[in-house]
Amino acid sequence: MTWLLPPLLIAMAVAAYIGGRRLARRRQQGVRAHSRPGQHGAYAMIWSLVPALAVLIGAAVLVPSLGAGAAAAGAALAGVLGALFAFSRIRPELRARNRVEGWIVGLLFACSAIAVLTTVGIIASLVFDSMRFFASVPIAEFLFGTQWSPQTAIRADQVGSSGAFGALPLFAGTFLIMLIAMAVAAPVGLFAAIYLSEYAGPVFRSTVKPVLEILAGVPTVVYGFFAALTVGPAFREFFNGIGAQLAGGPLDGLGQYLMLVQNQMALVAGGVMGIMLIPFVSSLSDDIINAVPQSLRDGSYAMGATKSETVTRVLLPAALPGVAGAMLLAMSRAIGETMIVTMAAGLAARLTLNPLDTVTTVTVQIVTLLTGDQEFDSPKTLAAFGLGLTLFLITLALNIIAQRIVHTYRQQYD
Amino acid sequence: MTDAALPQPGSPPVDETVRADRMRAGLRRRHGREIRFRLYGLLAIGVAVSFLLLLLGRIVEQGHTAFYAHTMTVPVYMDPARIDRAYPQGTNFELLAAEQQLARFGVVDDAAGSKATAMRGLFSSELKFIAADRIEAQPGLIGQTVPIAAPLSDDADLYFKGEISLDTPAEQRRLSNEQIAWLDRMRAGGQVESHFNGALFTRGDSTEPELAGVLGAVIGSALMLLVTAVIAIPLGVGAALYLEEFAPRGRLTNLIEVNINNLAAVPSIIYGLLGLALFINWMHLPRASPLVGGLVLALMALPTIIIATRSSLKAVPPSIREAALAMGASKTQTVFQHTLPLAMPGVMTGAIISMAHALGETAPLLLIGMVSFVPGVPHGLTEPTGALPSLVYIWENASERAFHERTAAAILVLLAFMVVMNAAAVVLRRRFERRW
Repeated sequence: MTWLLPPLLIAMAVAAYIGGRRLARRRQQGVRAHSRPGQHGAYAMIWSLVPALAVLIGAAVLVPSLGAGAAAAGAALAGVLGALFAFSRIRPELRARNRVEGWIVGLLFACSAIAVLTTVGIIASLVFDSMRFFASVPIAEFLFGTQWSPQTAIRADQVGSSGAFGALPLFAGTFLIMLIAMAVAAPVGLFAAIYLSEYAGPVFRSTVKPVLEILAGVPTVVYGFFAALTVGPAFREFFNGIGAQLAGGPLDGLGQYLMLVQNQMALVAGGVMGIMLIPFVSSLSDDIINAVPQSLRDGSYAMGATKSETVTRVLLPAALPGVAGAMLLAMSRAIGETMIVTMAAGLAARLTLNPLDTVTTVTVQIVTLLTGDQEFDSPKTLAAFGLGLTLFLITLALNIIAQRIVHTYRQQYD
Repeated sequence: MTDAALPQPGSPPVDETVRADRMRAGLRRRHGREIRFRLYGLLAIGVAVSFLLLLLGRIVEQGHTAFYAHTMTVPVYMDPARIDRAYPQGTNFELLAAEQQLARFGVVDDAAGSKATAMRGLFSSELKFIAADRIEAQPGLIGQTVPIAAPLSDDADLYFKGEISLDTPAEQRRLSNEQIAWLDRMRAGGQVESHFNGALFTRGDSTEPELAGVLGAVIGSALMLLVTAVIAIPLGVGAALYLEEFAPRGRLTNLIEVNINNLAAVPSIIYGLLGLALFINWMHLPRASPLVGGLVLALMALPTIIIATRSSLKAVPPSIREAALAMGASKTQTVFQHTLPLAMPGVMTGAIISMAHALGETAPLLLIGMVSFVPGVPHGLTEPTGALPSLVYIWENASERAFHERTAAAILVLLAFMVVMNAAAVVLRRRFERRW
């Protein structure tokens, strides 16, 4: 029954449009009219559609018990009445165009208001469920607790039934992986951008840039697959091999440790994430370096500086705020990245800064908490919203700061 | 003569040639630094490019074997004593075929039938359905010997692809030495042939790797993108038109702009949380359905489309608008009859690219329930389905080794779709882009 509604509404709208246009044409004969017949048609269409939609939405929200058939009949009636009313008002001096255009602008405004509504929706859903979570787990314990084991048991007498929600190890893990990713992405991305904007010829530039764009377009789940099945095993074998060499020697302890290193070490997820971020960092930095005025370069060359001296002593200091902003944006990306860490990082919440250990991140835990069997009211699933809120606030802060910096930087050279 | 040109008293007089040497040495050092700096730049680009090649190379290497598969043809004597004419589906055709194959090899089974079970493990369970369909279509075949061609089981298939061999340690393979010997005899007997793996493209997901395909996920992704496009493109273009052409400069407009820029940078997993809380828990839309997936992806794609549309609207020179206004067109007429059509190629390019991004997005889909196993092919917008990226995630987590090559193959399919979409965007841009 519901699938009949859209065709019904469309048919009604088309009928109102054609009727209105015809009526206007007939009544405008020989008179100088304010609006074109089509605009009268659109006027009639709005008058039939808006009441019909209002009735439909009103019925759905206010009296949900009303059947779809009754609601559709009411909508049709409202639409027909509206159209008849509009027909009765059509005359040459009616300012149909202004009315219609007013509606169009209103509609466009509504479209852009959706963006604000999305933000409101994000904040509302995160805050609402987080409040319920923080009702059972104190905020301080969540932010500073060092024990994370969200598996609440079903029976009270089970071992570890309490469930601990200290998220500090998750923040530490996220931070560690972000750090590793930035250690890869920042120098490589920045140097790539410098080379592309200062050294590369047009041909080289136009071949390398698309390649970087491809790297940026590869879905993160693909990076995750690559990290989990190629990079992880390769790194493990490498470190296990070194460990086997060292074991029994003077560095026996280190050797024993290296022999036990696992696929899911932080280095793998962080490294692959760093590669993923290279094109992001390089394209942002490229824009920023290009925004430095040519006169600064020319001045430096005129003083006899080489290109590299110009870059390191003139361009980079001038572009520093912009580059810093780009790095902050990349960090926010790294913190919010989900698939690579879900597939290649571990689940063990550990408070460590050792890149060879397995750590877990905020996003991994959100996915783990919400993809199992879930009953929605347990603190276990609500914890995911607490983590989500924290993640949202941190990335939002980073983005706002970064955009501020980049914005003021841009204005400086405009 | 100034004092500066005179040799400083106390310091030894510097010979001209020494100074020139020093300068030359300094210059050499500086040029060396220049070359090194340049090399670092090249190295950085080299790292990025070689990594891309490594990534794609590894995926092709892992995935290309999934595009062909092996079929075995077994002559099966349709024993009237064991087939129920009224209900052929109830017959254990796999066991029938396995026992007859053993008899042909001259292997005597033990009382428990363990050898027949081992032989049966080499066929796909699909054999049963193929045979039952044949009998149902032609009941006259009962009592005759019918050659049945059925896929091999995933492990046997991997053996013929060379992924497993007798040298593989026994605990890492699920085939016994005896089973491998049988497979070799069957191949020598011309029973096994290799062919294009059509099942990969014509079937939905399955728990058995040899029967698992990407079709269900492709259709799920397509339905989802349809929802996303229908919602996000009109809304995004409308919002961009308002902000770029109609909005009065003021606080409200500013707020909306800042908002959109921030939304574009919100991590995708947050959109998943929003979808879970808003669409599933609050509106009670069906979990894991293309409708919910499409809605979430639409919210995600919205800021990107708005930003792309705005920049292509900005690229339309003001003279066009002024000319239209001067001819007596209203503001709305100017926008819809002149500015927007001229900006359309850019708008479409941006829309296609953001759809391609939405296609590859995984994290939000996991949160709205697209991690569970959905067999077959979806039929509607409100039924649970898989999607290509979430299928990659599910298969990557599967324990069967044969799913690894299929994961890589699914990635190749996903990448192929993205390449097509991006190529369409590039073509659009090349053909219709106008420089003013």
